[in-house]
This record gives sequence, C-alpha cells and structure tokens, in this order.
Amino acid sequence: MTTTRRSVLTLRTLALAYVLGLVAVPILVILFRTFEPGLAVFIESIRTPAAIAALNLSVLIVAIVVPLNVVFGVVTAIALARWRLPGKGLIQAVVDLPFAVSPIVVGVSLIMLWGASGWFGGLQSSTGIRVIFGLPGMVIATIFVTLPFVVREVEPVLHEIGTEQEQAAATLGASGWQTFWRITVPAIRWGLTYGVVLTVARALGEFGAVIMVSSGFPGVSQTLTLLVHSRYIDDHNTYGAYAAATLLMGLALGTLLLMTLLDRKRSPR
Amino acid sequence: MSTTTRPREDVVQTSSSPPRPAGSPPTREGGRLRPATGRAIGVGVVGLWLSLIVLLPLAALTVRSLDEGLAGFWDAVTAPVALAAIGTTLVVSAVVALLNAVMGTLVAWVLVRDEFPGKRWVNALIDLPFALPTIVASIVLLALYGPSSPVGLQLNATRLGLVVALAFVTLPFVVRSVQPVLLELDREVEEAAASLGASNGATFRRVVLPTLAPAVISGTGLAFARAVGEYGSVVLIGGNIPRETQVVSQYIQQQIEIDRPVNAAAVSVALLGISFLTLFLLRLWGSRAQRREERSS
Amino acid sequence: MITVSSARKNYGDFVALDDVSLTIPSGSLTALLGPSGSGKSTLLRAIAGLEGIDSGVVSIAGVDVTREPPQRRGIGFVFQHYAAFKHMTVRDNVAFGLTIRKRPKAEVRRKVDELLEIVGLDGFQHRYPSQLSGGQRQRMALARALAVDPRVLLLDEPFGALDAKVRAELRHWLRRLHDEVHVTTVLVTHDQEEALDVADRIAVLNRGRIEQVGDPVSLYEKPANEFVMSFLGSVARLGGQLVRPHDIVLERDRLAALAADARTPASPGVVTATVERVVRLGFEVRVELKADSGERFAAQVTRAEADRRRFQPGETVHARADRPADATEAEPALAI
Repeated sequence: MTTTRRSVLTLRTLALAYVLGLVAVPILVILFRTFEPGLAVFIESIRTPAAIAALNLSVLIVAIVVPLNVVFGVVTAIALARWRLPGKGLIQAVVDLPFAVSPIVVGVSLIMLWGASGWFGGLQSSTGIRVIFGLPGMVIATIFVTLPFVVREVEPVLHEIGTEQEQAAATLGASGWQTFWRITVPAIRWGLTYGVVLTVARALGEFGAVIMVSSGFPGVSQTLTLLVHSRYIDDHNTYGAYAAATLLMGLALGTLLLMTLLDRKRSPR
Repeated sequence: MSTTTRPREDVVQTSSSPPRPAGSPPTREGGRLRPATGRAIGVGVVGLWLSLIVLLPLAALTVRSLDEGLAGFWDAVTAPVALAAIGTTLVVSAVVALLNAVMGTLVAWVLVRDEFPGKRWVNALIDLPFALPTIVASIVLLALYGPSSPVGLQLNATRLGLVVALAFVTLPFVVRSVQPVLLELDREVEEAAASLGASNGATFRRVVLPTLAPAVISGTGLAFARAVGEYGSVVLIGGNIPRETQVVSQYIQQQIEIDRPVNAAAVSVALLGISFLTLFLLRLWGSRAQRREERSS
Repeated sequence: MITVSSARKNYGDFVALDDVSLTIPSGSLTALLGPSGSGKSTLLRAIAGLEGIDSGVVSIAGVDVTREPPQRRGIGFVFQHYAAFKHMTVRDNVAFGLTIRKRPKAEVRRKVDELLEIVGLDGFQHRYPSQLSGGQRQRMALARALAVDPRVLLLDEPFGALDAKVRAELRHWLRRLHDEVHVTTVLVTHDQEEALDVADRIAVLNRGRIEQVGDPVSLYEKPANEFVMSFLGSVARLGGQLVRPHDIVLERDRLAALAADARTPASPGVVTATVERVVRLGFEVRVELKADSGERFAAQVTRAEADRRRFQPGETVHARADRPADATEAEPALAI
C-alpha cells in the first residue's frame, strides 16, 4: 500500500509501544531490580542452599528427560516417516496432544494415574516408589509436556531427505543398523539438536505440570521455577524471586540464542 | 584409465558356467534382525511409550471425572465457582485473542513493511515469550504492573492483569503466522489495486486482508487455545480471587489442594474439551480454506 | 548374467510387473526402455532387491537372490537424483561401501583415488556433494557404485535430472566406461534416443510386460508390434499401416508409384495426398500431407531430394512406403 509518512509513523509507534510495553520494559525493570543492589547480592541470592538444590534438581530432570525423548522421539519419527503403519493418523494426533493440554490438566491426569488413589496407586504401596510428590512424577510430567519436540523436529527432516540415501547405503552393503548410524543420524543431526534445545528450554521452564506433582519442599523437591514461585508467594521474598527469575531468564536467553544459531545450520545447505 | 581391480566379466560367458565371484558381500551377515521384526518391536515401543506417557493419564483423568456418574460430572462443572472460573477464562481468552488478532497483525506488518533502526532487536523480542518460562513471565509483569510498579500501574489481581499476562505469553502466535504471509504477499497486487483507483483502506480491506485472514485466524485460534489452559503466567498476577479473577486452571489446582479430585478431574475434562474443540474447528476451517485456495489456483 | 523369470508385482490394483522374464547377458549394457508406469524402474529395483516381487525368481550370476536383501546381491546402484550422502565428502562417499566392508585404509584410499580419476573427479576428494554440479554428482555416484566391485551395475534413469548437454556427454562417457570395464550394466530410461545411443541391447516395456528384446538395429528395423515401432523413432500412418516417415516416397506420377508399390511386399498401398506445408529442418525436410481420406501424415525427405523435387503446397502427390515395417518378420518378444 502506498501509505503516507504520517500513517506509517502512527502504525510504527503503536506496534513498538505494544511490544516494548509488553515485553521489553518489564524485562528491563526486573533486570534493574535484580542488579540494583549490586552483583554480590544477586549472586548470594542464587547461591543459597535452596537455590543450588533447585538448580541441581532442574538439571537432573533435564538430564533424565532429554535422553528418553531423544530415543523415543527418533523411533517415533522414523515410524511415522518411514514405515507403512495402520493408524498413523492416530499416532500423529497423540504426539500433538501434549501441545493442546493445559499444564494443570497434565498434573491432574498424572495424579489420577500415578497418585496414591490412582490407577497405578498400588505401585507405591507395593514397591515404595513415590511417583507423585517424588522425582519420578516431575520427570514424567516434564516428558509429557516436551514429548512432541523431538518428533516434530526430526520427522520433517526424515521426509525431506527421502529414502534414496538409505537405499544407496543398502546397495553398497550397509546393514540397517549401519545405515541408521552412518546415514540417517548425520542427516537428522541438526533437526534433532534443535528438538533437544526446545526440550531443554521447556523442561527447565515448566511450572504448572511440575507444581502439581511435586511436594515442593525447599532444597528437596523444588525446581528453579518452583523456587521462584515459593520465594514470591510463601517467603514474600520478592527480591529472591526476581533474582531466581533472572537466572532462569538468562538460561532462556541462552537457549534462544542457540536456537537462532541452529536455525541457520538446520536449513539445508 | 588402464588396469583396475574391478571385475571384468567375461563377455562370452555362457549361462551354464558359474560366474566368478566378483561382488563381495558385506562382512557383517549374522545377527541381523529381519526388518519386519525390528519394525514390530519399534512400533510396540512407540505405542507403549505414547500410551504410558500421554494416553493412560488422560484416560485415567476421564474415568475419574465420571466416578460420581454423569450427574456428578455435571454438578462439578456447573458449580457456581467453577462456572465463574470457566466464564472468566473464556472471556479473558477471547479478549486476548482479539487483541492478538489486531496488534499481532499490526506488529507483523510493521516488522515486514517498515524500516527503522533496531528492527532486528524488536523482531528478536517477539520470540522471547515462548522461550521464557511462564513463571518468569509472571514475575516480569509483576515487576512493572504489580504492587511496586514504578509507573503506578497496579494491575495485580485484576482481570486486566490477566489480559496483560496472557497477551504476553501469546504474543508470538499471530505475529509469527502472519509475518511469512506478508513477506510473500505480492506487492504488485496491491499496486494493481491502487492503480485501479482503490483507496488505501479499500486496498487493505479487499486485497490484503483476505490474503492474511487465514494466517490471522489460525494464529488467533492458537493464541486462544493457549490462553484457555495457561497457568504459570497468571498464577502470580491473577490474584486467584474466586468468581472474579480465578481462571479454570487455578480452580482445578485449588480443587486438588482441597482434596476434591473428582471435581478437579471433571473440570479438567471440560477444559480439555474446550481446547480440543478450538483446535478441531481451527483445523477444519484451515483445511476448508486450503481447499478453496487450491480450487482458485 | 542376470535372469528374471516370471516376475510379478502388484501395487494394489496396479500391475507393475506382469509375468516378466528376461535374461541379461554378462558384460552387456542393456537398456530397459518404456514410458512412465511401464514397470521398467520396478524391474530394475526388483533386480537390486530394493523392491520385493510377489512371485517369480531373480538370479544374479547363477545364484537365486530373490529372497536376498540388496546388501547381499553384489550390485551397484545409481539413482536418478544421485542419492549423494550430503554430509560426507566425495572421498567418503566413494569409500562408503569399502569402509562398510572394513577394508584396510590404504587399500580404500588407493581405490577411491583410482576411481575418482576414472570418473574425472580427481582433485575433488575433499568437496561436499553440494559443491558439485549435477553431472559431477552423478559421476561420483557411479564411482561409489563401482567401488564395491559389483557383479552388476544398475542405473535408474541416471541422466534424467540433468540438462540436455550434460546428459549427452555423460551418456557417451558411460558407453566408453562400459567398453573398458565390461561390468554387466542395466540402464533404465524413457528416452529412446538414449537407449539407441548407449545400449547394446534394449528391452522395451509397456504396462508391466516386455514387448520386445533385441539389439538397437533390429528393434528399429523390425519392431515386434506397433507399440515398439512408435516408441522407437517417429512414425506416420499410411493406408492403415505404421511406417517411418523417411520410408515414405512421394511420386508425382501415379502409375510409377503403383508400379513401384507392386514390387514391395505387404505394402500399405499408394495414398494420394495434397501437400500442405514443406518444413525445412536443417539437414532434412518434412513434407506435411493430407490424404484424400482426410488423414494427415508427414514424410521426411533429404534436403537434396527436396531441392530437386520442389514440392509445393497445394500440389497432389502419390505416397507409397518403400520399406514398410513388417511386424510379422520380427522376432517374438521372448526369443532371446
């Protein structure tokens, strides 16, 4: 459209005011609040035993969730992209389901299945493994919300590279397993990495699903996001909450940067 | 090219004489799974995994929601406070969706068609709400619009606070779905419309908007679906005041806390139903729009 | 030698291979020629083991390989779209089959360098496929397929994705390569010119069946049926028979035409027609005609003859076939 200078400026101002007011200014305010008392105070706040325990727990959950998602995600993606299966549409729908489910509903569902009075409640009384209000519950909740990422990043890559390279490897004598490791894995590596980065970001940041299945004891069963919440709500430690949030934000920005870099790599040469 | 180690099959060789063993089969022969067996295991593993992680919990949720019969389910969902929470959620989400439709399209337009210093940074900002943990979003917004607001804007525990929080987390949906369409939109079509005497307003309404509409609607629908289920970003700024600012997810969480699992399950199922319905309508509409486009091209 | 006997393959209702039997002699360069959907690629992929067959037997070098996976058939396969391993250098691509077989490093290196020299990619060892042209990629793919000393080399429309000039170059290059290496080669193509140019044997396929097998000359001169005739070279319909346009003789004198026709066995007879247009196509001239029956056809004459005879639009001529294709004399499809 041949818009006049004035209308362009008006639209630009409106759009910028919206984005800056909604995103940039609040972030600057929290950064200011966090670092206003000085870097030492900030570091002290994120080095309390509870904060370190929370960071460790978050990292532990990521370390358990990522390999599981990689293995099952890649197998699922291969099944969807390569194999002739009945009911493929159903599998596709189930893979997308976690995107459509509220984190709170995820938590409630897991309680209904794994909780003391849930379908698998007997597990706790017979083996003593506490799923809900224990680490397994938080891990399962995190897997639920991150399940689509690896599949959704790897499957299109598999479609795009097609089957010719794999067939060529077969005619050259490579077994199925050799073809997978030497041809398929290198071809999907950037898509897979992207899926892993998304998984890590979401796993570190998940709150709703995890708070439902965690006992939330400081230093024991608090992840970083739960720490932010409890510092603000339970401890009325607003500064502590700001500091922990800033730490999480730093991690999120790191992943965002990584994603931008990967995005360029991921696109085919 | 002279001598190579490649086999030179005898041209006059007859079919009865055994040919030289030229091609060497690969070294690894044993221990290989028949492809069919490998696939069967793979499918089994995928099915089991998806069932255990996704399907079984949702099945348990649905069954538990009917523990007290259909009547019990209905009572749980239509309890006044539950209904109020559902109402608040739907109203606020609808407002946020509309806000996204307008402002998201505008932001996308400015990012594509306008040039100004620092545009790259603004563009990068758009993705931030997706990358930021929702609880951080909550804290971030409280810092500016909360009790200790430096600008005197106190949105804590108001419906407007909910709108701001949800607008924050859903910002990328419309922008990121409209942006590529705008980039591809043929400027010549707009110029043609202008050359035919259409005013700016008419060009936008009759040429640009119809092209953008599918992207705007799909982004708006996704934003709505996300807003309906959102919890983390509203938990701090929302206030959780029953019948006023309590959203469905907070109500469900509260029902679990006061040990009313059947109520929680029932309202969860209702919330799931709303999300699914939104996404289903969106997909239905999307495939119809796609078919229309295919026919016209 | 490759033998396929009574191969059948269905995709749902679609019959891709309908009782196909074919023998490909050792050392030959055989083209499988046919329109798309004729089953030629399916047949090639069945030989390679990339596609299973519903019934029938495939044997390579006297060994029944019907149930063997491609890995154990001792084949080299070249794909239309190269199937280059994008994340590997040219050297690693060519070395792939040898690395899989755990050959000593020095041997692999020597062999790869030797092959790259043969295919004219010496010095490209460290490039990635994305840094090569289409023709170079296909040559790399050929080197890769040859590296494992295949008993047979199978090429699936290898030049289909290349532009016309590179295609002709590679075609001649393949012919020379084959003359030197003599590995039994099967080439799938839908391009009759390519098949006539490069192959020493051609099998023409149509609707999952083999219509005719033979050397290029006999297929062109003695096609077994109308399909083979019209698929290999251009044809004109004269008096209800298919003839080659260059076999049509145009006479101004009707009696002379009839006399000459009487000496030709099984001829389509003399057709009286009006010249509609004379088109000069460089070294040859196409005379477009309309028969009195209303049927249109074209005759092809040399430039010298056209200059001598000076056909004019609107004039009446009498067309006869000098050497009509005689389907009854051709060898039957399965005689090999």
